Amino acid sequence: MSFLSVKNICKEYKIYPSKWARLKSLMFPGVKTHSVKRVLDDISFEISPGESVGIVGINGAGKSTLLKIISNITNQTSGEVVVEGRVAALLELGMGFHPDFTGRANLYMSGQLIGLSRGEIDRLMPSIEDFSEIGSYIDQPVRTYSSGMQVRLAFSLATAVRPDLLIVDEALSVGDAYFQHKSFERIREFRAKGTTLLIVSHNRAAIQAICDRAILLSGGKIVSQGKPDIVLDFYSALLAERQQELISQRTLADGSIQTTSGTGEVEISSVVLQNESGSRVDVVEVGTPVSLVVDVLAVQPVSRLVLGFLIKDSLGQPVYGINTHRLDKPVDDLCAGDRYRFRFEFPASIGKGNYSVSLSASRLDSHLDKNYHWIDRALIFSVINTRLCDFVGVAMLDVDSSVEKVSAIDASLSEA
Amino acid sequence: MSFVDVSNTGTVDQLRRGYGFVSSSVTREFNVKYKTSVLGALWAVLNPMALVFIYTIVFTHLMKARLPGVSDVFGYGIYLCAGILCWSCFSEVVSRGQNIFIENANIIKKLSFPKLCLPVVVGAGAVISFVVLLGVIIVFALMSGFSLGFELLFIVPVLLLQLLLSLSIALFLGVLNVFIRDVGQLTGVVLQFWFWLTPIVYPVSILPPEIRTLVDLNPLTAIVSSYQNMFLYSRAPDWGSLLPVALITLLFMFVALSFYKRNSTDMVDSL
Repeated sequence: MSFLSVKNICKEYKIYPSKWARLKSLMFPGVKTHSVKRVLDDISFEISPGESVGIVGINGAGKSTLLKIISNITNQTSGEVVVEGRVAALLELGMGFHPDFTGRANLYMSGQLIGLSRGEIDRLMPSIEDFSEIGSYIDQPVRTYSSGMQVRLAFSLATAVRPDLLIVDEALSVGDAYFQHKSFERIREFRAKGTTLLIVSHNRAAIQAICDRAILLSGGKIVSQGKPDIVLDFYSALLAERQQELISQRTLADGSIQTTSGTGEVEISSVVLQNESGSRVDVVEVGTPVSLVVDVLAVQPVSRLVLGFLIKDSLGQPVYGINTHRLDKPVDDLCAGDRYRFRFEFPASIGKGNYSVSLSASRLDSHLDKNYHWIDRALIFSVINTRLCDFVGVAMLDVDSSVEKVSAIDASLSEA
Repeated sequence: MSFVDVSNTGTVDQLRRGYGFVSSSVTREFNVKYKTSVLGALWAVLNPMALVFIYTIVFTHLMKARLPGVSDVFGYGIYLCAGILCWSCFSEVVSRGQNIFIENANIIKKLSFPKLCLPVVVGAGAVISFVVLLGVIIVFALMSGFSLGFELLFIVPVLLLQLLLSLSIALFLGVLNVFIRDVGQLTGVVLQFWFWLTPIVYPVSILPPEIRTLVDLNPLTAIVSSYQNMFLYSRAPDWGSLLPVALITLLFMFVALSFYKRNSTDMVDSL
C-alpha cells in the first residue's frame, strides 16, 4: 500500500497571445487560441508510509507546481494523484494571513481553513503561542509582525497537529537560525512518530539529514531518483551542466555510484592517498599525517586551473574542502599535454568512519563557473582510532582536561 | 509559508470547514468594518441613509414629486428606502463579488479549500448590512406613523431570490475578472446605469413607453417593486412578475457555476 501515489502527472499552462484571444476562448469554450507550456511531464512516483522524500531541482524545474498539485491547490492537466490521511503543507513564503487582524484571530481563520474546529483551536492555542514564541504580539495585528514572526506563527499552526503527510516547500530556509533549528527538530520528531515527509529544499544538508530518498526534477521530468547523496551529487553536477558538460554516473566496484562531469579540457587522471612514508593507503589512523596526491592532464590549453578537493563523511556531509585558489597556488597558462601533480598534506584529524574525496578541476574558485572535470567519490578511505582515546564526531579536537574541586564562592563561572 | 489540508475527508467535513471559514470570515469582516471605527455599525446605516435623505429632499421638496396613490409626505421617503434597501444589497454583492478571487489570491494560491465559500462570505456580509438597514427603515417608518403589515415577512423569499441572482452575477464576473481585469472597471460603470434603469428613485409609471420596456426587461425591476409593495402598500409581492426573474436566476446560476467549474484551475494558475 502506498501513502502517496503520483501517476503520470502532466501539467500544462495555457499561454495566450493577447487578452482578446483569452476573452475569445472564455466566451467560446470550443475555440482554442492558446499555446501550451508543459511544466510537468509524465511524473510518477510513490511514497510509502513513514518514508521521507526530498525533491531537488533548479528553479523552474517544476518542484513547486508538483507540490501544489499534490496539495490540491491546483489541478493537473492529466494524470492521477492519490493521497491518504491528513495532509499539511507549508508552501512558499508569504502567509494566508490577513494583515489587519491579530495573530490570534488569524489563527482561528486559517485554522478552520486547514480543517480544525474552533474547539480544537482553543485547545491548541497555548501550544501554538508557546512554539511560535511571538509573545504579546499574538494580540497585535499581523501587519505589525516581522516576516520571521509571520513564518513562525504559520509554521506553529500548520504543525500544531501531527499530520500523516507533511509537505514542506523551502520552509526550512526561512526564519532565523534558532527557529530553523527548532522547526527542523519538530519535523524530525514528526518523522520519528511516523509522519511521511515530502520536502523541497535547496539545502543539501537538510535533505541529506532527513530524507531516505531524493527525486531530481529537471525540465519537468524526473531525471534521477534514489539515495539522497547520489541524487544530490547528480544535482550538483546538473548545476554545472549549463555549460554543456557531460554528466555520467557509474557504479563502482563496491556498488556505490560515482558522478563525473566537466567540459573535459582538463582531466584528473589519478588520485591516491599516501601515508608519511609515501605508500598508498586506504585506512588511516586518526591524527596521522597523510598526503592526497592528484595527477592532472591538460587535454586542451586553458588559461587557469584550480584544483580542489572535498572530504565528505558517509552521510555525504562535507567535512573539509579547499582548493588551490584559496591556498594561493593556481596554475596559469596550461598547454595541451601538460601534466601536473598536486600534493595536499594534512593530518587526518577527523573521527573514525568512512570518508569519500571529491575532486574538481575548474577555472576559478567555484566549479559553477567553468568546470573542467569533477569527480565525486574519487577516493574512499577509512579512518580508524586505535591510538587515541575513543571520541564521538567527525572533528578531532585536541582536548586537554583538568578537574579541580572548587568552593562555593568561585563556583559560578557566569558571574566571574 | 502557508498551509493546506487535502484530507480525503467526506462532504460533511468539507461543509464544516466551509461553514467555519464563512462564519469566521464574516465576523472578521464585520469587525474590521465596524470595530475599528468610532461610529462602528452606524456606518452600515449612514451611507444608505444619506442617499435616502438626499433623494427625498431633492425629489419631494425641490422637484415636488408625488407618488400616484400616496398622498403622504413620507410616502416617497419610504418608497426610496425600500428601493435602496434592495439595491444596496444587490450592488454590494456584485461589486465586491467581482473582485473576490483577486482579493483573496493570497490564500487561493496557497490553500486548498472550497473556493466557492468566498462569494458566500460576500453574500453573508451583505445580508448583515441589509438587516441593519432594514431595522433602521422599520424604525423610521413607524416613527413617521406609517403602518407596516405582516406582508413584510415576504422579504425573506424575495431577498433569497435577489441573493441568488446577485451571487450568480458576482461569481461569473469574479472568475472573468481574474483573466480580464477590465471587468472591475466595467462593473462600476454598468452598475451606475443599472441603478437608473431600476425604478428606485422614480416610479415606473412616469416613464415614456420605449424606456419602460427596457426597465421592465430588467430582472431587478420586479424585485424592487416587491419591496416597494411590501413597504408602501402592505401588499404581497407580485409572484407572477417574480417567476420570470426566478427562471433567469436559475439560468444565471447554471451559467456562472459551469463557467466557474470550467475555469477554476486556470484561475488558480493565473492569479
